Amino acid sequence: MSATAHAHVDDHAHDHGHHHKETFVTKYIFSQDHKMISKQYLITGLIMGIIGIAMSLLFRMQLAWPGESFPIFEALLGKWAPDGVMDADIYLALVTIHGTIMVFFVLTAGLSGTFSNLLIPLQIGARDMASGFLNMLSYWMFFTSSVIMVISLFVEAGPAAAGWTIYPPLSALPMAQPGSGMGMTLWLVSMAIFIASSLLGSLNYIVTVINLRTKGMSMTRLPLTIWAFFVTAIIGVISFPVLLSAALLLIMDRSFGTSFFLSDIFIQGEVLHYQGGSPVLYEHLFWFLGHPEVYIVLLPALGITSEVMSTNARKPIFGYRAMVASILAIAFLSTIVWGHHMFISGMNPFLGSVFTFTTLLIAIPSAVKAFNYITTLWKGNLQLNPAMLFSIGLVSTFITGGLTGIILGDSTLDINVHDTYFVVAHFHLVMGISALYGLFAGVYHWFPKMFKRMMNKNLGYVHFWVTAVCAYGVFFPMHFVGMAGVPRRYYQNTAFPMFDELTDVNVLITVFALIAGAAQLVFLYNFVHSMFYGKPTVQNPWNSNTLEWTAPIEHFHGNWEGEIPHVHRWAYDYSKTLPNGEYVIKGQDFVPQNVPLHKDEEELNH
Amino acid sequence: MTTLLTILVLILVAIAIWQMTKIFELSQIKAENSQVASDKDNKYNGYLMFAFLIFIYGITIFSFWKYTKVLLPEAASEHGQSYDSLMLWSFVIIFFVQTVTQALLHYFSYKYKGEKGKKALFYADNDRLEFIWTIIPVFVLAGLILWGLYTWTNIMDVNDEDDPLIVELYAQQFNWTARYGGADNVLGGANVRMIDIDRANVLGLDESDPYSNDDVIVKELHLPVGRKVNFRFRSQDVLHSAYMPHFRAQMNCVPGMITEFSFTPTITTEEMRLNPDVIDKVKRTNAIRAERAASGEPNSDPWEFDYILLCNKICGKSHYNMQMKIIVESEEEYNAWMESQQTFSQLMASMN
Ligand code: HEM
Ligand SMILES: [Cu+2]
Ligand SMILES: [Cu+2]
Repeated sequence: MSATAHAHVDDHAHDHGHHHKETFVTKYIFSQDHKMISKQYLITGLIMGIIGIAMSLLFRMQLAWPGESFPIFEALLGKWAPDGVMDADIYLALVTIHGTIMVFFVLTAGLSGTFSNLLIPLQIGARDMASGFLNMLSYWMFFTSSVIMVISLFVEAGPAAAGWTIYPPLSALPMAQPGSGMGMTLWLVSMAIFIASSLLGSLNYIVTVINLRTKGMSMTRLPLTIWAFFVTAIIGVISFPVLLSAALLLIMDRSFGTSFFLSDIFIQGEVLHYQGGSPVLYEHLFWFLGHPEVYIVLLPALGITSEVMSTNARKPIFGYRAMVASILAIAFLSTIVWGHHMFISGMNPFLGSVFTFTTLLIAIPSAVKAFNYITTLWKGNLQLNPAMLFSIGLVSTFITGGLTGIILGDSTLDINVHDTYFVVAHFHLVMGISALYGLFAGVYHWFPKMFKRMMNKNLGYVHFWVTAVCAYGVFFPMHFVGMAGVPRRYYQNTAFPMFDELTDVNVLITVFALIAGAAQLVFLYNFVHSMFYGKPTVQNPWNSNTLEWTAPIEHFHGNWEGEIPHVHRWAYDYSKTLPNGEYVIKGQDFVPQNVPLHKDEEELNH
Repeated sequence: MTTLLTILVLILVAIAIWQMTKIFELSQIKAENSQVASDKDNKYNGYLMFAFLIFIYGITIFSFWKYTKVLLPEAASEHGQSYDSLMLWSFVIIFFVQTVTQALLHYFSYKYKGEKGKKALFYADNDRLEFIWTIIPVFVLAGLILWGLYTWTNIMDVNDEDDPLIVELYAQQFNWTARYGGADNVLGGANVRMIDIDRANVLGLDESDPYSNDDVIVKELHLPVGRKVNFRFRSQDVLHSAYMPHFRAQMNCVPGMITEFSFTPTITTEEMRLNPDVIDKVKRTNAIRAERAASGEPNSDPWEFDYILLCNKICGKSHYNMQMKIIVESEEEYNAWMESQQTFSQLMASMN
């Protein structure tokens, strides 16, 4: 509609939004504008994602064709793949860095960082974050930690290789594993900076949501995206400091000879002096973050899904209050279930019982969310845009992956599948793939808001369908590998004849993985190409209700020219009708949040 | 050969994707040039959603059909029976829910695909419905929790009733050692600080502890069938995990700490080799191995089924090959084997 009328916005934008002159550096590099920072997060996250996924493809090839020589190994891994055969140490390093990058750098920073930054101010009606400066600092610390993590790939003895959970003593003793030398030091430094970055970001999100909502934006009118980001930030603030303390104690054990996590160790022919520490303590500290982390990754994706699904179904999200309640319930429960990763760690079995109880409880709010999504689709007028497809895909993988959680959360059943490929299949579906779909849904949906252009929908469709098929192709058969007893983090399964007949499955999985990887190239091409050559967007391409679409297409610091819009209703008045059967706004099936109530309209407690 | 085939498949797929985008691109030029889903997009993607449901069912059926046979054979321990039935029922519930919810999700996505002018139903809340689908999971999960906890408490109750055999499993990078209490069935004291490699005291036994003298240290785990075994786990360097999948048993080995697990083996190795599932598995595996032998590849000796202890906690470079054979045999065979072993004091004496 008004798409073409914005050619000159640039000039007069300067009269309203902000007052200082912007140079290239303040605009694109050390920007304090949340929209620019969100793009920085996204692009950094995507680059880390390319590295992380490429690593998974490499180690998947090793699993399918153990001991085979591949020129690509030699090219990428150099001395770690003599004659093109992958070395066992570098296999573990790849797995470790893949896990670390995907969980923290892509799905924590890349997903939550991008969309919290973009959407919190825009959807609550604020000119920017509470502190633009801290926000900028948060991004640059994230950037620094990414750089350090990447640098760690090039150290002499190889990067950290003790698994993304870096359990001591393996991670504490350089003589236990080459990766536990310089590589682990850099890993710890990188993660410490990452945690600081995440804390700064989260505090900013929390303060912004609490203080800077525009007039009329009560908490019960917040879009579910904001609820999700808000609660995610709170969980982050509660749990990340605990990981920081674990990392600091580990650094002390490594460098200053303390014994927090170490005791009674005899390695390489000598007894070490450590006495009285316990690796189990480390596991508690790690998983006190580690489990909430799963929801830090997932909740933003669910928030995005709620928003995208409602908009594209042209229907209100079903059970808004139940959705908020389940976000809160999940957040609360997520902090008291960490022990389900430790049923057989040597922890007291009675504690195991408690954690089984809390863990299975968390299935209830999760089930409510799944049912509410399904009901949102019922009798909708579904606009199957790529973002919508990814949202539906998310619900599908969330259910499939979530259900196997019922097995793993049961301390009894966990005994025999713990640390096998069953776990790998479970967490990839429920956390990895689901959150990744949330990220994609967000990118396709808000790309116009970020880059003023539309992404190509047909490439989006190809991207979705190939990815969706391959995701199941990779992770569904993997459950069987796990139930056959194959442990994770095995460089190859050839040492056990009982796993011989699983080679077939592993080849199948890897082929699907390689195709899935190729499909992401379609996305990357679409992303970069559309950034420069995409079709220019109209202001509200998806006919959405939330406030970000009331802001002009053109970006400037401050978001809205003139006054910030006031809010008069919740975000989900799609297809709402008056008693006479007509839409509230004639000929338009949506009522943006800034539109005052119609005189005949029934207000729904929001 | 497989490599070549795979690369071929990949190239074909790449071409297919490229062609698909081409076709999409072409079809788009004629249509209105908008990047928002049109009725046609909704229609095609709606159909694809339905097809995807069939795909999910398909891959489920395919996996069950092809891969059920690779799963572990029947449990060879007493508690393993109850483990397996809990697993079975949990799976029944999961599959029921999976089938129904995926059907609803994808069917709705297909059925309600958008059309211009169609009106969606403004339907924001229904307390009754939400109550129902909160309360049903509550009951189902309560059942699973109670059953699970009951089984768990039984399994994890390591006690001295029924005269259990005491066995220590000792982990180090990258192998396992087992220690039996000997004639008195009591393990002598031990600590890594007493390890004396030169004198072959590799487990750090306390040589002054009289209980140590008759301890038996071995590299192959023999268990008498039908007798409860109380395992005590130690590790000398990093975390390991003693995983005995056929017995549905696993426990981490933690430096500085002794962990415990207990089970009663119910099927001897010989009997298990006669289990039809195992016979089939051995046949399939040896066919693969024969093929390897024919093409001169390594790792091609014929295989005979054995219980096995694996390491299941990342522990370094050779984590993937840290194993020990487990042999379950009759009481007599076990006693005869035990007779033939050297005790710790004999071992020490032979070193001096
Ligand atoms: C969003 C995407 C993904 C996320 C969040 C993710 C996350 C993780 C994490 C946390 C681990 C555990 C690392 C460890 O044990 O130390 C892992 C391992 C693994 N990932 Fe991914 N991953 C993703 C994508 C993929 C893809 C595309 C594949 C391709 C098949 C893949 C295959 C694997 C496998 C096989 C392992 C287990 C290796 C092992 O422990 O032996 N992942 N991933
Ligand atoms: Cu968890
Ligand atoms: Cu190991």
